[in-house]
Order: sequence, then C-alpha cells, then structure tokens
Amino acid sequence: MTLDASSLQVVKAPERRLRRADRSKGASIALHATLIVASVIAVFPVFWVFITSLKPDARAVEPTPKLFNESSLDNYSRVLSGEKGDFIAWFGNSVLIALMTTVLGVFISATAGYAASRFRFPGKRGLMMSFLLVQMFPFAVLIVPLYNILIALGLNGTSIGLVLVYCTTAVPFCTYMLKGYFDTVPADIDEAGRVDGLSPFGVFWRLILPLAKPGLAVTSFYAFLTAWGEVAFASAFLSAADESKTLAVGLQVFVQQNRTEWGHLAAASILVAIPAIIVFYLVQRFLVQGLASGAVKG
Amino acid sequence: MRRFLDRYWYAYAMVLPVVVVIAVLVLYPLAQGVFFTFTNINEGNIANPNLDRPASFDVVGFKNYINVLSGGESFGAFWDTLVRTLIWTFSCVFLHYTIGLGLAMLLNRQVRGRALYRVMLILPWAVPAFISAFAWKYMFNAQYGIINQFLRAIGLPDPVWLGQSNWALVSVIIVNTWLGVPFMMVALLGGLQSIPGDLYEAAEVDGATPWQRFRHVTLPGLRSVSSTVVLLGIIWTFNMFPVIYLIAGPNPNARILVTYAFERFFSGASRDYAIASTYGVLILSVLLVFATIYRRALRKQGEVW
Repeated sequence: MTLDASSLQVVKAPERRLRRADRSKGASIALHATLIVASVIAVFPVFWVFITSLKPDARAVEPTPKLFNESSLDNYSRVLSGEKGDFIAWFGNSVLIALMTTVLGVFISATAGYAASRFRFPGKRGLMMSFLLVQMFPFAVLIVPLYNILIALGLNGTSIGLVLVYCTTAVPFCTYMLKGYFDTVPADIDEAGRVDGLSPFGVFWRLILPLAKPGLAVTSFYAFLTAWGEVAFASAFLSAADESKTLAVGLQVFVQQNRTEWGHLAAASILVAIPAIIVFYLVQRFLVQGLASGAVKG
Repeated sequence: MRRFLDRYWYAYAMVLPVVVVIAVLVLYPLAQGVFFTFTNINEGNIANPNLDRPASFDVVGFKNYINVLSGGESFGAFWDTLVRTLIWTFSCVFLHYTIGLGLAMLLNRQVRGRALYRVMLILPWAVPAFISAFAWKYMFNAQYGIINQFLRAIGLPDPVWLGQSNWALVSVIIVNTWLGVPFMMVALLGGLQSIPGDLYEAAEVDGATPWQRFRHVTLPGLRSVSSTVVLLGIIWTFNMFPVIYLIAGPNPNARILVTYAFERFFSGASRDYAIASTYGVLILSVLLVFATIYRRALRKQGEVW
C-alpha cells in the first residue's frame, strides 16, 4: 500500500504540475475560496471555544459578540484547582479506563486478527461476519443485560466494569482492523519463517508482530479514542461520586439546568482537546493509511 | 476429527480469546437482552445484590412489542421516531459523503497550501465528540449564541435552534455533518489516490469531458471504498448517541431511536428496562434488514463483500 502510493506519486508529479499551469485564474480562485470557507467552518467552533474559555461566565452569555471581554486565565486555574469539580480525577479516570480498554482489546484481538488474515478454517466467514454484526449493535440492546451482569458481579460503578463493557466493541473492532494490517504484510514472510522451522505461533510472534508495529499502534490509538470519548455507558454505569467520573461525564456538570458555566466548560474543553488534537495529528497519517487499506481490502 | 484438529488447531487456538470474549460479553448479554423484552423488568424488580434483593420481574409475552409498535406517545411514538431516525441518518450520511467527496477531490489536486488545508479540515475529527457537542450547544443558543448573533447581523431571521420545533433536528444534523465530514474526506482521498493516473490520461486522450471522467473513472474507482464507508457511516449515524444527547437532551423533536432507548433506561422516574431493551432489539432488526438489502444490492452489481 505505502509502496504503491509513493511510486505512483513519483510518476504523476510532472503531469500534475502541468495541470496547475493549465488551470485558469478564475478556477484557481474558486478552488481556494471553497477550501478557505470549508476550513473556516471546520476551525471556527474550536476557535470560539478558546475565545470563550478566557471570558468570565457572565460575559460568555452577553448577546453581543466580542472577541475579548474581561478575558483572563482565571477559568483555567479554577478548573485545574478542582474548585469546579474534580477535573484532575476525571482526567485520570478517562486515561486509565481508555488505556486499560486499549491494552486488553489489542492484546486479546492480535492473534485472532492474524489467524483471520492468514488461515482458512471452517467458521472463519461466520467469525468475520460476527465482527461486522457487532459493529451494528446499538448499545441499547446490550445496556440492560450488561448492567444486570455488572451489578451481579459487584462491578457496577467501577472503572473495571466500564472497561469490560468497552471491550464488547473494542475487541471485534481491533480484530477487524488488525486483520487489515496483517493482510498488508506479505505472506512470503510467513512461508520463509515456516521453512526455517518456526511454528505458526513463532512466525506470528517473532516475524509478523514486529512488522505490524505501526498497525498495532494505530489500532491502539483508535481503541483509545473510542473509549476516551464514550458518553452513554459512562453516564449510566459510573457511580455518581464526583471523583469516579470520566471527562465525558464530568463536563456535563457544567451545563446542568441551573448552572451554565460556559466559561469554565470552555476552559475544561480546551484542556481536554489539546492533548487529543496533538496526538491525533501525530498519528493521523498512519490512521488514514490503515483505514484506507482496511476499506479497500474489505 | 483428528485430522481436522491436526490441521486447524493453531488457527482455532489463535481465535479462541476473541471467541470467548464475544460469547461472554456480547452473545450472552444479547440473548438476555432479547429475553428481557418479554418481561416487565425495571429498576424496582431487577436483581440487586447490594440491596439483597432477588429478581422479581415477570414474563409478560409480547406486551412490550405491542405497546411500542402501536406507536403511542407514552412509549416514544415509535413510528414517528423511526421516520425521524431515517431522516437523520440519510441526511447526515448524504451530506458527509457529498461534502467529503467534494473536498477530497479539491485536495487531490495540486493546490498551494494543500497540507495546511488538510490539517484544518480534519480538525473536527481530532476533537473529542463530546467537546464539539458542548461547543455547538453554546453556539446554537438562541439569545447569546454566535450563530444567531451572526444571522441577526446580516439581517436574517434567527430561529430558536434547540427549542420545541424541527429546528432542533436541523441543528443536530448540522453538528453531526461537521463532525463526520473529515472521516469521509480522508477515506475518499485515500481512494482517489489509489486510482491510477493513466486512466485519467487515457480518458483525456479519448476526449472525455471532466464530467465524463468523474462519472466513468473516478466513481467506479471509488466503488469499493465508498460501499464500505457508506455502510459504516449509516450504521454509526443510526446509532449515534452523544451528539443528540448532549446537545438536545430529551427534546422529543430531536429524538431518535437510540436516544429514546437511553432515556427509558436512564432518565426519568420510571427506569423501564424492558422498554429500553425492546427498543434495542427493534433497532438491531432495522439495521439487520438494511444491511441484508445493501449487501444484496452490492452483490447484484458484481461486488463481493
């Protein structure tokens, strides 16, 4: 996939450059205008949250827009100091839960993804179908029985319980994505390993896994993101105690009926979004490749 | 049997962990969830070891299905909600796909500042969805939201976006479109780049117009990517929860099937688990029927999926 794309680029480059020279001035302007408008729409909400995060709550609800209005960093210091709810604990819970889901999900699904990519065995089709089917499950069909199971096990309201719940979606998804990555590692490598006397497990562990590292990283990242941003199960299953909430649940406190603290909410949002955005941009190149190869290969 | 095991044991050993997880965490709860739809289970009669209380719900047959499918307002007006869910799903996915494809084609050209445009355009994907939902809720506020301030400034009417009218549905569709376009754009950009340039050259030599090149080279080249991302998009949007829940809350004008199921499960005085499960099973049935039809349609066109 990578190889293909880059070699195509090399061949295409001169011809493409010609195209740009061909394009009329009007077409160029229209092209840039469209892209600029789209970019502004994409960026504006985030920009506006940032502007709001600097305003006091009372200034954030004034019916005349101003860029700066008694702006300061007070909101940030109050959110971080825990005056407005235990933000640091929410952050810690979100990281912990997402991390545990990721590790468990990738660990469990790696071998299955490999088997589905390489071997033909009876029941494989059914298994692949079931991964797709699980993608289709509305959480509503599982939420009651999972709740039932969690209280039976005494795990209701705990992080571990939530991790188990997230595995219902993370495991099939990771398996599906990892299969896509293993498909891009040439099967000749397996054969060479087998000829040299490695067992199927040895081939997987010593040869394929190291080669699929980028794929593992991206799958992990994706699993992490899904758990990080999940709202429904977290709202329903975590106990009401402030220090056990995740970010997605905790931030809802700012906009409850009698209390719309937009300034503080915005500051908290920026604190959550910045690390997410940085990591996203670091790995997005690989993410795109993975999605594309997964999608093309089905 | 021995030969069978000899041949396949390592494959089965490798898929075993996933099969166990799916069986325990998905299939068993699924069976239980289906069973709950035939009972009157709720907060008051579910088994609760914390309170030392055994389960005391009864089997009530098809009562839940009859209640829900008769479409009464007290059971979430199923048919109206289904129609609203379909409008929501298809408008979102249509907008995702067309805008995503348009932007992907623009970005696929040689444009100055392409990398910068790309970085800005995928920003909505990088921000966690619940953060974006809060941001839009703030911007949609009727009095002090920036959107209405802007509309007033240029002399357009300023609707109460998140009030008790269909504007609420329009608002959440706008937000979800904003959220979903980057994924489509990126996936389709990947698809566009995998179409060999020779095909376009050949088409040009044969005198094809830009429209014909789009119609007969680009679209067929995107077929397999498109069919996958559109199917995924439809499933995800159909089940999309946080956007509506965080922006519109329990507003019945923006209610879709999953948000109502959650409402019955979680909010309100009567936590009616039986109705929530019934909704879950009905949603799943709708999606299964849809996926089957979609697959058959693809197969008819010679696509193996």
